[in-house]
Amino acid sequence: MSQATTSEPDGVARLLPEISYRRLGLYFLILAFVAFFVSPIYTGLVTSLKAGGAATTPFLPPTLDNFTLANWGQAFDQLSRGFVNSFAMAIPATLLDVILGSTAAYGLTLVDWRRQMPVVLLFVFGIFLPYQAILVPLSDFWTNMLPLTEGLIIEGITILPASDRWGSLAELTITHVAYGIPICFLLFRSYYKTISKELVEAAKVDGASITKIYTRIVLPLSKPMIGVVLIYQFTQIWNEFLFSLTLIGSSSDQAATITLILSGIGADLSGVNFPLRMAAAFLAALPTIVIYVLFAEQFAEGIAT
Amino acid sequence: MAGSQDTVAGPGASGGHATGTDRRERLRRFWKSDFVRSSPFWLIPFLLMGLAVYGGIIWNFLISLTDYEGFLQPPDYSNLDFEMYAQALADPAVFSTGRNTFVLLVAFTTITLILGIFLAILIDSDIRQKNTVQTIYLLPFALSFVVTAQFWLWMYNFQNGLVNTVLGLFGLGPYNWIGNPELVLGAIIFALIWQFSGYCMVVFLAGLQSIPNDQFEAAKVDGASIIKTYWRVIIPQLKSASVSAAVVLMIFALKIFTFLYAMFGTYRPPKGTDVLATLMVREAFNLQNWAYAAAIATILLAMGLAVVAPYLYYQYRARAL
Repeated sequence: MSQATTSEPDGVARLLPEISYRRLGLYFLILAFVAFFVSPIYTGLVTSLKAGGAATTPFLPPTLDNFTLANWGQAFDQLSRGFVNSFAMAIPATLLDVILGSTAAYGLTLVDWRRQMPVVLLFVFGIFLPYQAILVPLSDFWTNMLPLTEGLIIEGITILPASDRWGSLAELTITHVAYGIPICFLLFRSYYKTISKELVEAAKVDGASITKIYTRIVLPLSKPMIGVVLIYQFTQIWNEFLFSLTLIGSSSDQAATITLILSGIGADLSGVNFPLRMAAAFLAALPTIVIYVLFAEQFAEGIAT
Repeated sequence: MAGSQDTVAGPGASGGHATGTDRRERLRRFWKSDFVRSSPFWLIPFLLMGLAVYGGIIWNFLISLTDYEGFLQPPDYSNLDFEMYAQALADPAVFSTGRNTFVLLVAFTTITLILGIFLAILIDSDIRQKNTVQTIYLLPFALSFVVTAQFWLWMYNFQNGLVNTVLGLFGLGPYNWIGNPELVLGAIIFALIWQFSGYCMVVFLAGLQSIPNDQFEAAKVDGASIIKTYWRVIIPQLKSASVSAAVVLMIFALKIFTFLYAMFGTYRPPKGTDVLATLMVREAFNLQNWAYAAAIATILLAMGLAVVAPYLYYQYRARAL
């Protein structure tokens, strides 16, 4: 009954609920935000699985009566051409961007020469370019100056046969490569700055050429960053819409990419068929979601740099 | 442009014969300099990117000085003037879209930054499943604008959308989020915040994790509350992360075309959300007013430059590039 014994549990009691309330509040907040971020995706998912889905409550999962995969099947039929086109464009464009970004960053970061800063700045500004600023010349260029849809013949050798579909996709690929270089350059540059200068200098003293330093030392060390850039850039190009709209135009075009087809799916004069539209949205996002779930860390690293 | 060698060789140039060997020597050194020998690595990407970005900007400016319109054919560059810019400045559509652009830019950037900092602090505290939570928060950012626009179109659906359904539980609404010109811009901004706050959070998390732990400890020893610690000690140190995130957000806000086009499926978004970016694309690819669109594009570029140029200068001075 001394003061110490009464104040001690009192102290603990005062401390305990406060901590657990605080943690409870913390977890409550975190879960509330989880709900906030997930709910638009969730409501889309349940709607895509309902037959007469649009008319029922948006947050309830489908019941046994109205569960259907028909929307997904129909969406896949309409999107399949877009899948082929988007992969045919995004894979080569991503690989080229990784190669060009890596070599450019090497030549401007690990090989030191005077007055390279202006060149670096020109690259970096390219990241922030609002693409609207070059859309008119871009379509002018591919329509009037170098229409790849009419094929590409240099000195009598056919490099690209005339084809509306593959010509448009080639134009789109090159466009993506060109405007993707700046961000890939910066990602690689930030990584190459962490490679020790001594290593490169030592190799140089040993008489290794600039090319040899790249292939023997820098490239093997770049592996983690190559992963980051591959994931980040593929997601960017797959998700891109403005260039597709500018160069290909209509979702009924043979070359239409997946984002282009998705933007018009399931719409007619009576309104939008939401279950179909939602299923299509998930299908279109599927490759990026798979990549994201598998490589979330690399993705986060790509955007934090 | 050569390496540092040219300054060494420079003053030695005197007399006819000497200059000859000197020049040859200088040339030989130039070919062996790091500038030349590294150029196969950076020159090709640089030329490709340079033509696309800077060639495109210059060409766009030239087109904006012509009267180019109608079918896509080579424009006529013989008669250049600033008529299109005068027309743009007098156009009420440019004024109203410019105002919407500004509102969107400021509201979206500010709220996303604040929410991003808040989420970063929330996640940075000692919680379980930190990585899972981060992955969920960042998920919207991994999705395409075209995809998220579909989700939000459904969310905002007047009769069956989740937003009106949830508000209905509290006896509110239903609101016509998309049809009402006074609500639609706010609705769009809200959807964009949803998509981008995870991105902001990741940028701030990287900043938070670079702050040494003993600063938290020191503040704790001093008896500062958690809120005070963050407000006085931690947040001021996130300045450079905030600047980077703000610049990226503002550039996204300027070119926000895809989301609006994908949501409404036309070149003309509803009244109240028409921004400069949609106006530009509509003038070009819907109405074929190429020169006028190019002029609006130049205005957009100038706005972008106003945001990016100080940032790049700041980064350059801080040797962060």
